[in-house]
Amino acid sequence: MRTEVLIIGAGHSGLAMSRRLTEHGVEHVVLDRGEPGNAWRTERWESLRLLTPNWQTGLPGHDYAGDDPDGFMGSREVADHLAAYARAIGAPVRAGVTVTSVAPLERGYRVTTDHGVWEADAVVLANGGSGIPNVPAHAEGVPSGVLSLSAKHYRSPEQLPEGGVLVVGASASGVQLADELARSGREVTISTGEHVRMPRSYRGRDIFWWMDAAGVLDERWDEVDDIVRARHVPSPQLVGSADRAVGIGALHERGIRIVGRLGRVHEGVAQFSGGLANTVRLADLKLDRLLERFDAWAAETDAEVGPVERFDPTVVDDSPRLELDLVGEKVGTVLWATGYRPDYSWLEVPVLDYKGRLWHEGGVIPDAPGLYVLGTSLLRRRRSTYISGAAHDSAELAEHLVEYLGGRESARAELAS
Amino acid sequence: MTDTATVDNGVNSDALLGARDALRQAPEAAQFTWKATSEWIRGTHSRQTIESFTGLGQEHQHKKPFVLEGDHPEPFASEDHAPTPVETVLAALAGCLTAGVAAVAQNRGIQLKSVKATVEGDHDILGILGGDPEVRNGFNEVRVTFDIDADASDEDIAALVAQSQKRSAVFDALTNPTNVTVSVA
Repeated sequence: MRTEVLIIGAGHSGLAMSRRLTEHGVEHVVLDRGEPGNAWRTERWESLRLLTPNWQTGLPGHDYAGDDPDGFMGSREVADHLAAYARAIGAPVRAGVTVTSVAPLERGYRVTTDHGVWEADAVVLANGGSGIPNVPAHAEGVPSGVLSLSAKHYRSPEQLPEGGVLVVGASASGVQLADELARSGREVTISTGEHVRMPRSYRGRDIFWWMDAAGVLDERWDEVDDIVRARHVPSPQLVGSADRAVGIGALHERGIRIVGRLGRVHEGVAQFSGGLANTVRLADLKLDRLLERFDAWAAETDAEVGPVERFDPTVVDDSPRLELDLVGEKVGTVLWATGYRPDYSWLEVPVLDYKGRLWHEGGVIPDAPGLYVLGTSLLRRRRSTYISGAAHDSAELAEHLVEYLGGRESARAELAS
Repeated sequence: MTDTATVDNGVNSDALLGARDALRQAPEAAQFTWKATSEWIRGTHSRQTIESFTGLGQEHQHKKPFVLEGDHPEPFASEDHAPTPVETVLAALAGCLTAGVAAVAQNRGIQLKSVKATVEGDHDILGILGGDPEVRNGFNEVRVTFDIDADASDEDIAALVAQSQKRSAVFDALTNPTNVTVSVA
């Protein structure tokens, strides 16, 4: 089978790209191992809501049209939103097709699937940034009898065996799960390394309103100080709810035990860094710098916002626990909320570095002409991490792609003449 | 805050940032091994010599061998020829954090005038004496207090100190578990 462009993944990014290619009149096919939005339907916990408000979930040619622009979609609603979008734009989706390899041809790429082989001039990797949970090697030290589970496979508190829970990681996922588990009556410890403290609202506006309005989300990948690091910063400690704080300070107040970064699990004992005080201090200082930036922008633009606020420094125990005896202290589950990385295990193009990371320049892969990536953290701008990034990113990459296809055609014509 | 170009804390930030980018492309060169040798003198007194280390794919010699000594003080019924090794650990922490403060200040365009630190480690010696099996051998708590005079706001100085902890090897070594193997040659 042949097509001009093959898009792998029918999530928000792959569908946005499909829409752009249709606009450009480029023949293409979108492959997905499930239905559009599959991961949102099958790989998320039950209570999950988006971090971004509904008004920021628009896709190219498909703005949010519901009656709750300031609300937050649950994961099933996101899946429905994507399925509806796929129908609305008439995306040529082949559902239930799993890609098993992408390999270079002399011109273009060969994409092998469990339903046949495709050849395409260009391939767009839109399979998402959260294919594989980044569970650290010390998970191997978790003693038998204690469940070791990644956030990707967590669904609800009832799923876990009896006993306490050690949540490792304090990104949005980690703090949300710690909060949910504590509310269900579990004794919860959360282990945190570097994290991003953020209030849900500031000066009467949602924090994502600020991020959007003050231009934070539009900072480009090549303007960020250290892009490799920036792409690995954990997601902000937020939950899609107007009235629930899930920062470290709020969790501590609710009786959740806060401990430092997990160092190792040794003879059944989890050992934590003694650097917690500095970790929370760094997050407090970083939050203040963000708010100062918002304040400066608001003053400059005379924005309609409430009075300036500052948040109290985060309080944790003076001498936080350095050890947790998983068996002796009846911890039933270690829940890894330690981030994800994209799955490129089937990519047979030599573009991965020694850590398996794909080097790209804003989605363009310099070492593999005609291969593009879309929908990963900070791909072209901060907004790329969220659904609202797909509109810009797909527009710009589609233009690059169309130019690339045009260049190939003229090269072919030259060869023929 | 002063301009980066006019700030001189004696740290070559450009070289450090350049090294970071270069080593990302050649991560094997970033693998260093530090080394000290040690010899017993008498009693609890010993002498450590630090001469060479490996990294960037080769062995490097210090400009000259550096010598440290360790001993125990009189309350430990020793002769106090040198600091106790636990004090040397505190000194190493101060040295590492201070280097970090200078490097981060240079990178952020902050001119330092003076950087002083006091490091204290609380230690229940019943642990090392074997007097109480529930007491650990190491520090129960370590406190570092910085006193910094610089052309910067209090917030910027706080951020400087926080960042130096975040990138400190000795801070990490003290706050995190490390596998240590001791063998007999």
